[in-house]
Amino acid sequence: MYQFLYDLIGNEILAGLLVAVVPLTIILVFALFGIWLERKVSAHMQDRLGPMRTGWHGWLQTVADLMKMLQKEDIIATDADKTLYNIAPVLVFTGSFAAYAVIPFSSKLLGSEVEIGLFYVIAISSLVVAGILMAGWSANNKYSLLGAMRAAAQIISYEIPTALIVLSMVMFTGTLSLDKISQMQTSSFWNWNIFGGAIFGLSKFLLIPFMIVGALIIFTSTLAEVNRVPFDIPEAESELVAGYFTEYCGMKWGMFMLAEYGNMFAVSAIISILFLGGYQSPIGYLGNSIGTQWLVPFEQGFWFIAKGLALVFVQMWLRWTLPRLRVDQLMTVCWKYLIPFAFINLIIIGIISLI
Amino acid sequence: MNFYDIIFYIFAAITLLSALFVVTTRNIVHSAFYLLFTFFGVAGIYVLLGADFIAISQILIYVGGILILLLFGVMLTNKITNVEIRTGTVHMLPAAIATGIFMGAVVVVMVWTEWKSEPSATPLTTTTNIGHLLLTDYVLIFELLGILLLVALIGAASIARRDKE
Repeated sequence: MYQFLYDLIGNEILAGLLVAVVPLTIILVFALFGIWLERKVSAHMQDRLGPMRTGWHGWLQTVADLMKMLQKEDIIATDADKTLYNIAPVLVFTGSFAAYAVIPFSSKLLGSEVEIGLFYVIAISSLVVAGILMAGWSANNKYSLLGAMRAAAQIISYEIPTALIVLSMVMFTGTLSLDKISQMQTSSFWNWNIFGGAIFGLSKFLLIPFMIVGALIIFTSTLAEVNRVPFDIPEAESELVAGYFTEYCGMKWGMFMLAEYGNMFAVSAIISILFLGGYQSPIGYLGNSIGTQWLVPFEQGFWFIAKGLALVFVQMWLRWTLPRLRVDQLMTVCWKYLIPFAFINLIIIGIISLI
Repeated sequence: MNFYDIIFYIFAAITLLSALFVVTTRNIVHSAFYLLFTFFGVAGIYVLLGADFIAISQILIYVGGILILLLFGVMLTNKITNVEIRTGTVHMLPAAIATGIFMGAVVVVMVWTEWKSEPSATPLTTTTNIGHLLLTDYVLIFELLGILLLVALIGAASIARRDKE
């Protein structure tokens, strides 16, 4: 992608900026669509209709909300720490946007082809934690501070099972590059990592149950990392108003919303790359069979976004199904169940990979 | 001046300015947050040097680990804004001499070292090599560091549990 634009334009800075625009557009469009989808999903689960009046089945509702949000007065509380208060939403959004730099949307549409993509994604998400703490502290509101503390403690704890599962997948695939992991799971859904990878043999069948357990663990722990129900104690509205962004309004609040939806899609993308074949089609490509090779990258983009959206839908489904966990239950789930299971999984996947 | 030089100067400016703010600001939470930008700038410079693995480790360990711990420590203390972080006595002369010696040593090392400069070489992947070296040539140090961290963890856990007996 970058090389193509560089050849086209001949300017490094311009080409780099244009590459960065692609994921930004995807996040913005996804956030608009995702918020609408969430309202519709919640509505239909509760036997309501949800937004119906703006556009077909209310699909323009988020656009209208955005228009309203842009016109809001920017209120900053008197006792807030103004510098940090203004930086925090940008930092949180930067953390979630930066993860998209290495995510391969198709074999042709990937920002940076760095070898250490997976490691980078885990590292850069720590910017979000710093941003959340900054937001919570600078607002000078006890709900905000409590929410930020809870968010930081939760995200740091749940990074451990995530990292352990990622580590077991790195051991299994032998690479940290997200593009290479996607390439390995080509041609059919039977070659996806959740079904034991592309190499056919005894180890493939032995791996299947452990891969499924791994996928479930990483789904649960990333759900907690993006602060979604049932792990939403940082912004539990019945206790903390809105958690760390209680005092924010207008477009600054909108940045937190964008970051949340950006994160939701990013973690879904990571899970789909690690376990569900990334941009690879489950049934083969139309472009290959009718002899139009240029169609393949577009098909890959379609499959990638379809897999990401399917996982996002599961996240929304859980949000409107499960009740919220208490703080102690939250920590128990992480430290007493997910981490030991992830460790055992790591060892077993390592041993089976050696066979 | 080429493109990478401009990026280098931007990262260098971020690092130096935020480091300056870390030591000059009165508010201890602000210091901690400015440290974030310092770490980030240093990571950017590592990337420009072709050391991508070190850069990501820098972000993961310093921003994701140490800085968050620091912020927790600062925020959970009782007084944040009015805390007096200045010491009463200021020793200008010894400080100037110590800083002078340190700066001199750094400049001397900088001038004497023969720097490799390969401007247009594409950086090679470093992760595989680092992994091989850690488990062959430097395996003893690697294991010792692992044991040290484990001891620290056990120590922290035992200190935290002591009250409950």
